[in-house]
This record gives sequence, structure tokens and C-alpha cells, in this order.
Amino acid sequence: MNLKTPRGLTVLVVFMFGFGFMLVPLYDVFCEITGLNGKTNGQYQGEITPAGSEKGRQITMQFVVNKNDNLPWEFEPNQTEMTLAVGERRETTYRVTNTYKTAAIAQAVPSVSPAEAAEYLNKIECFCFEQQPLEAGEHKDMPLVFFVDPKLPAHINKLTLSYTLFDITNSKKPASDPHKAIKVGN
Amino acid sequence: MSEQTLTLDDHEHHEHGPAKGLLRWVFTTNHKDIGTLYLIFSLTMFFIGGMMAMVIRAELFQPGLQLVEPGFFNQMTTMHGLIMVFGAVMPGFVGLANWQIPLMVGAPDMALPRMNNWSFWILPFAFTMLLSTLFMDGGAPDFGWTFYAPLSTTYAPPSVTFFIFAIHMMGISSIMGAMNIIVTLFNMRAPGMSLMQMPMFAWSWLITAFLLVAVMPVLAAVVTMMLMDIHFATSFFSAAGGGDPVLFQHIFWFFGHPEVYIMILPAFGVVSQILPTFSRKPLFGYHSMVYALIAIAILSFVVWAHHMFTVGMPIGGQLFFMYSTMLIAVPTGVKIFNWVATMFKGSLSFETPMLFAVAFVVLFTIGGFSGIMLAIAPIDFQYQDTYFVVAHFHYVLVPGAVFGIVAGVYYWLPKWCGKMYDESLGKTHFWLSFIGLNLTFFPMHFVGLAGMPRRIPDYSLQFADFNMMASMGAFLFGASQLVFVYLVIKAIRTGEKAAQVPWESAEGLEWTLPTPLPYHTFTTPPVFESKL
Repeated sequence: MNLKTPRGLTVLVVFMFGFGFMLVPLYDVFCEITGLNGKTNGQYQGEITPAGSEKGRQITMQFVVNKNDNLPWEFEPNQTEMTLAVGERRETTYRVTNTYKTAAIAQAVPSVSPAEAAEYLNKIECFCFEQQPLEAGEHKDMPLVFFVDPKLPAHINKLTLSYTLFDITNSKKPASDPHKAIKVGN
Repeated sequence: MSEQTLTLDDHEHHEHGPAKGLLRWVFTTNHKDIGTLYLIFSLTMFFIGGMMAMVIRAELFQPGLQLVEPGFFNQMTTMHGLIMVFGAVMPGFVGLANWQIPLMVGAPDMALPRMNNWSFWILPFAFTMLLSTLFMDGGAPDFGWTFYAPLSTTYAPPSVTFFIFAIHMMGISSIMGAMNIIVTLFNMRAPGMSLMQMPMFAWSWLITAFLLVAVMPVLAAVVTMMLMDIHFATSFFSAAGGGDPVLFQHIFWFFGHPEVYIMILPAFGVVSQILPTFSRKPLFGYHSMVYALIAIAILSFVVWAHHMFTVGMPIGGQLFFMYSTMLIAVPTGVKIFNWVATMFKGSLSFETPMLFAVAFVVLFTIGGFSGIMLAIAPIDFQYQDTYFVVAHFHYVLVPGAVFGIVAGVYYWLPKWCGKMYDESLGKTHFWLSFIGLNLTFFPMHFVGLAGMPRRIPDYSLQFADFNMMASMGAFLFGASQLVFVYLVIKAIRTGEKAAQVPWESAEGLEWTLPTPLPYHTFTTPPVFESKL
């Protein structure tokens, strides 16, 4: 009997199973290219863009935080709002306190609103690029260094940068697991 | 096993019946036996899922918490959805396909009969596993049939692992069933029957089978990711580890939207067979019907995010998914136009299959219209997660998919068992179902628009009257299905002998066969003459 059709269909089934998994990186790539979903870029490597014609345009940045799963830690921005010029390099800090009686590891995940602005926010240094191990009761001022690309569309004049803090102490367990998909700072 | 000699000896003896004893059903590779098994399985699941619906409607009969705990209520809504979608509707259509596709295209059996046996016998195990979760610690899955992460990962009951494996198994079953249908239709049509001469039921199943082969593996992938998140410390859907819960919804609905067409296209096919027969006219616009099916199938892959307008999608995404969704109304409109045009100036008679088919056209159109309302992104924010959504998808699934299956059973039952069913009982079944379902689902539009949320065991007092109406309608609809079971049993046991062509102007290869049907048919291919 002619097995060509069933063979072809089996290949299609296997391909579509793989495609299901391929959607994961595709989704990330898609969000990165389009800046949808408010995902910010990783660490900024280039030079600070020489300010263009838009130099001196003032915008407002707001800093907000969320704690996931009712995490009892203290976590807040030391400055909740600032006015800055596009292309200007600025620094701010976030204060975090481990209120547990044991050491723990936290990870902050950023998000920008409006999502359209995400790709114009360039972070030169960010605590979200690394996991943050804290001893019991320890507190820490975590730095953020950034600038806003002068190409920021003209209709946006206020950006909100939100950090969500997650307790990842337990999910860290299989430390050498190669499949572990922690993507830092993205 | 005598079974093996039975299939091998096919060519020497033409008239022999099935093997004896119960094991016949376990080892059978005969498409008619497997079709029967699928249909019985589907009916059983329809009643189990229906019982759960009765629990839901009984709890919602009055405001306040009456009968069940909220947690159990959530398990009921989840299991009702899963069982109706994967256990009742999908196997029901596969059952119709197994019976009818070989008969309609003049093939002696399905192309891969052993795989056919396997794809059926996986199902009872999958659903036993799924139903057994009701008796486990922590209860059955309670996160809704769409099992959004993190409800189905971080916050799921331990039984979620059984749910995942059950989904895997029923996915394998569906994929094998679909492959079988494609291979049969591509390779085993009667000599002279080109693809564009196939009956509409065969066409609708060909398209459905391709959708199944394309998206069931994606469902398998998404539940596999859930499994890995739960047990192997990955973070596909967990933001803490760099994943994204919204990713779950994207992958799920990439499967989920084609899935809703999987549940309706075969019903389109059944109705396209029945309407011409009882209108005594050929189907209007055969070619446009085929192209409309293909267009619906292709569009179904680019509209998935209309289920997720409220997740925080950028305006461009909302517009794209809104317009692409509305575009589907065009080929669907072509189909409805053609059905109406088939009936127009026909010599109509209203036997039970026709009643169900006409009700299908009318009520499915209502469901289609509420679908277009839901597709409008700016007002979807009002409808999202309300009873309006429940009303919409029940209008396309109950008088759509379920009526499609039931109409098909009434239409072909005289051929399958060689006996006529009781026409007045059939009409009773139809009218009770028709009144029951409209009484159940129509008020849901009103309470939904007024803001009653779905999947909640209690509600505000102002929704009380409509909910009581809906519950009474549901009890009526549920009870009237017992009439159907009685009718089928009565037809098989004491029905009058059916004529070879029980309907005045039924056309197609299946009606060229003698009644009662021999166990093996078309062992020599029929001569096919196109009427197109």
C-alpha cells in the first residue's frame, strides 16, 4: 500500500509539535523586535547616542515596584519620579530588604509602560541583570543606570518603569540544570 | 484470533458477518464497528458531561451557595468543558466519519484499519484517567477548560499531571484518526471520483483532519511545557524565571482557535448533505462551499489572539486580530447563503434530520452573530469572561456541533442498522431540545451583557430570574436527550425495516448499498458517475 501520505502526515505532526516549542523563542524575538509586551532590552553595550535634534526635550520617568506572591520583603524605589532630558545618563537606586530569617535569592523582572517605549529605554547597568542573593535581614541599595533614546516618539512624554520582584530561592534548586530557562535581565 | 483471518480472507468470501463475542469490539478493524464504538463513546461522554452541566445549572438555579462547594463548582465547569469538547463532540464526528467516509467515497474500509482500532481504544483510557481525578486528593482540575497558566501550573491541584497525560493520549488518538481520514480520502476514492466531486461531508472532514494534524501537536507541546514547569523546574510560563504567562495563552489559542473549527466544520458537512435531500434540489454552489471551507481553515490560524484582547495587547495587534476575525464572517456567510439558497424554492419536507439541519442553520447564525460582536475589540472588554461568551459558544456548539451530529445520526441511522426510527419520537426529541436549549442559552446573552461573570457559583440578585429560566431550560434539554437514547434503542430492536433509500431524493454512493448493510461493503470499487 502507498505509504507516502501517512509518512508526509507524520512529518507534519512532528514538525507542528516542534513548532509549538519554537513559538517560545519566536514570541520573545517578536516582542523584542516590536517592543510589544513592554519587555525591555538587555544591557546596553553601545555608546550613549549623541543627542539629536530632540536634545533637551524633557520627559518624566516614574518608578514603581511590585512584589510577587505576597513576598514579605521590603522593596521600593528611593526616588519615585524624575524629570530628565532624552539622551541624558541618569542613576537611581532601589532599596530591598530580606525580611526572612534565612538567606534568599531574588530576581527583579522589568516592564515598561507604554509598551511602545520599551525599546527606547536603554539600561547601562541594572540590578535586574543579576540574581540578588541577600542574607537574612540584609538590606541593599540596588543601582540602575540608564538613558532614554532621543528617538523616543514625540507623543510619549511619560514612561513608567515597573519592577516585579520574585523569590527564586526554591526554583534555584537544580542549579546545574542546563534546561533551566532563567533569562536574566530581559 | 479469528479476527486476523477475517480481514485476510476478505477477497474470498464476500458475505460474512462480524466475529462473535465481546472481543469482537476490542479487536475489530471494521470501520462500521469502530464508527459505532466512537458514537457510543461520544454519547456516554455527552451524558457524563451533561450531568456536570446539570450540577452547574442546579447550583445556579438561585443566587447564593446551595448545593456544592465553590471549589467543586470550578471542577464541574472545567470537566464539563473538557469532556464535551474532547469526549463528546470530537469523537462524535470521528464516529460519523468512520461510518460514512468509506461508504460515501466507495472505499472498502478506512485506509489504516489497525491504527483506526488503536485510535479509538486509547480514548476510554484517556477519559478514565481524566475522570479519575475527581476522586483524587485536591480534586479534579479546577482551572477552566482553557487551563491558563499559572492557574494550571503554580496553583493547580496535584491531579493536573493526570490531566496532562489524558490530554496527550486524546491528542494522539485524534491525530491518528485524522491521518486515517486524510489517507483514505487521498488514496481510496472510487475510480473516477476527483477531489472536487467528493460529497461535502467528505470535504468538510478532509479540511478538519488537516486542522487536527496541524494543531493537536501544538496542544501536546503546550501541555508538555506545563508538565516541565510543574515537575522539571523550567520557567516557560513563570515570570520569575524569565518566562511569560501570556505566552501560555498565545500557544493555547494557536491550538484553540482552529480547534473550534474542528468542532464545527464536520457539522457543516452533515448539514450540506441533509439540506439538499429534503429540499429535493442539489446543493447550491458546491465549489464555493469547498473554497469557503478552505478559507475558514486558513483564516483560523491567524485570529487566535481575539480570545485575549484584554491581556494588554498593543492597538496594532488588537486591530489586526479584530479585522482578521471579522474576515471569517465572509466565507461563513457564503456557506449560510448557499444553504438558504439550496432550500429556496425547494420542495421541502421536514423529517427529523431536516428539522435538526434547519435549526442548525438558524441557531448557528445567531451564534455567529454574537461571535462578530465579541470580535469587536473595544467592546470585547465589556464581554470578556461574562455569560455573553458562554451564550455565544454554546450557541455554536449545542445547536451547531451537537445538532450536526444528531442530524447525521437521524439521517444515516436507517442505513446503518437497517431499521427506521420512530418519526414522531424523533420530532418530539427535536422540539424538546430546541425549546430547551433556547431557554437555556438565550437568557445568558442578557445576563452576560449586564455583567454576570462566568465560572462563578454565585451571582447578584438581579440575575436571578434569567438564571432560573436557564436552569429550567437546561433540565428540559438534558431530559429530552433520554428520548433520543430510547428512540435509538427502539429503532434497533423493534424498528420497521428501512428501505434501501429511506429518503425520497437522497443521493450519494452510500444509498446505492443494500439495506441492511453487509458487514463489508465496496469490496469491489463502485462505478462513480459525477452529477456535477
